[in-house]
Amino acid sequence: MEILESGIGEMIQPPDIEAFREWNCTKKSRKLEDKLMSEQEAISTFVYDGCYIGTELYGTVRCPMSLCRELIRQGKKELRVVGQGVLELDLWLGAGLVKKLDITYIGLEVYGTCNALRRAVESGQVVSCVEWSNASISWRMKATAMGVPFLPTRSMLGTDTLKYSSAKVVEDPFTGLKVCLLPALILDVALIHVHRADRYGNAQIEGISGFSAEMARATKRLIISAEEIVPTDEIRKYPDRTIIPYYLVDAVVHAPFGSHPGEMAYIYGRDEPVIKEWVEMSKTVEGTRSYLDKYVFGVANHQEYMQLIGEERLARLVDERERRE
Amino acid sequence: MTDQTYSKTELMICVAARLFQDGTTAFIGTGIPMLAAMLAAKTIAPNLVPVFEFGGLGAIMEDLPRAVGEARTFHKGILAAGICELMETSQRGFIDYGFLGGAQIDPYGNLNSTTIGEHDHPKVRLPGSGGGNDVGSQCWMTVAIMQHDKRRFVPKLDFVTTPGYLTGPGAREAAGLPAGTHPINVVSTLALMDYDDGPGGTCRMRLAATHPGVTVQEVIENTGFELIIPEHVRVNDPPSTEDLRLLREEIDPERFYI
Repeated sequence: MEILESGIGEMIQPPDIEAFREWNCTKKSRKLEDKLMSEQEAISTFVYDGCYIGTELYGTVRCPMSLCRELIRQGKKELRVVGQGVLELDLWLGAGLVKKLDITYIGLEVYGTCNALRRAVESGQVVSCVEWSNASISWRMKATAMGVPFLPTRSMLGTDTLKYSSAKVVEDPFTGLKVCLLPALILDVALIHVHRADRYGNAQIEGISGFSAEMARATKRLIISAEEIVPTDEIRKYPDRTIIPYYLVDAVVHAPFGSHPGEMAYIYGRDEPVIKEWVEMSKTVEGTRSYLDKYVFGVANHQEYMQLIGEERLARLVDERERRE
Repeated sequence: MTDQTYSKTELMICVAARLFQDGTTAFIGTGIPMLAAMLAAKTIAPNLVPVFEFGGLGAIMEDLPRAVGEARTFHKGILAAGICELMETSQRGFIDYGFLGGAQIDPYGNLNSTTIGEHDHPKVRLPGSGGGNDVGSQCWMTVAIMQHDKRRFVPKLDFVTTPGYLTGPGAREAAGLPAGTHPINVVSTLALMDYDDGPGGTCRMRLAATHPGVTVQEVIENTGFELIIPEHVRVNDPPSTEDLRLLREEIDPERFYI
């Protein structure tokens, strides 16, 4: 097949789909094993310097923030990050932990551009930014989830987004259309926050599912944090709601308010003042440091973080949750 | 008509809201497009089907979403799915409109939201494509909503994040983008633009209507490239009293944008 155009972006993690099959055969247990552990244990066991890592959904919505803060506390560095993010990746960038980015969007949404991202990229601290669209990065994970080395799609064509990606353009041998081939994306580690899971890792999500199904199937190691740990009988009562089955999962962390200051559909709303605090403080290096000192280094773990936020405030967020009515 | 005063942003949102068609599907980007979609749904397009990239479709938009994934994007919705489902729905031709913002736009309606300056050593690192490129690639018709000044309306983008007409007639098809998809309008703080995209047209941006109180000369002076100026330029209606009330009291009472 003739290659008509090649993106010049670095292939940050060349996909080896045969090795991934082998990994899934030999490194992932089919047994129901108790994987419940703390944030500290999950991060120290499965996340390492230089790993290729992704988080889901993103910063202010069903995001594994307690795991993200623990990663900063442990100082895991030179991370190669798949970037669809708001607060979580901005915190990592602000903490100086990111070396390379497969980037789709890192911004503060309603509050605009990320200052930590700007400083990290404009100073050269992040050495490589490879561009993708949101659909493209999700489809790259979908390719891995399907067990195929690439997927043909119709995004990014004709743009610099394609030029600075590592996608390729070919002529479809069946119809003659030009299509964009997206390489499979295989993560070393993924972090996903869910509504409920059992201690084996069977996980269920309410509301939109983002790219959780694809990411859970496109990673060698998967850490799940859950608002609630339920007995397996509860999972078996509603098997149709299981989006991540246990055999994909390596660690399960019980993290109530684990998405704070982001929201969790039907459980709690987002904490606007704390989000705004990051928006303001991340404008300067000193402010970034103060925020991290207060909310990350100033507490030993997620339990202390929740005490810092305070019961009254958390109760108010529960009251402000989206309701089924 | 109204004798009330209103801001340029409020006017831009009201003009953008008039572009929504009832009973159509529309991808809604973060920010101003959300306000315009809410205003349209409360006025001229009660059967609008808003689509938000991370999985929400057909929401009743009672409160302004501050994120494209928050629960307000599927509040009383038809569907709460995932990003692949909705992007694939768009790729197979089900999404009529896309409403986007951007940092810069060029004469062909291409958008930049990635970098100012050279990509590898940028002067300003912007958030990146997000779903913008997908929306501009796959939706049948795309509308850009932007502040109007020379820094934003530029002859050549530093980075083409999202495709408009690319380099002109036939360029989208030649690049492999789905046939028949294209940008249709730009709504700015000064005017409404369309494109010279009829038979034999150049596909360049054209002034369609100025906002009330804005002269054609003012639009020209604030545009960094040669805008096509037709013989007759309409003037947009000002926001109605009801539009302003909805915007201020129901849509953005916390004043995130207005």
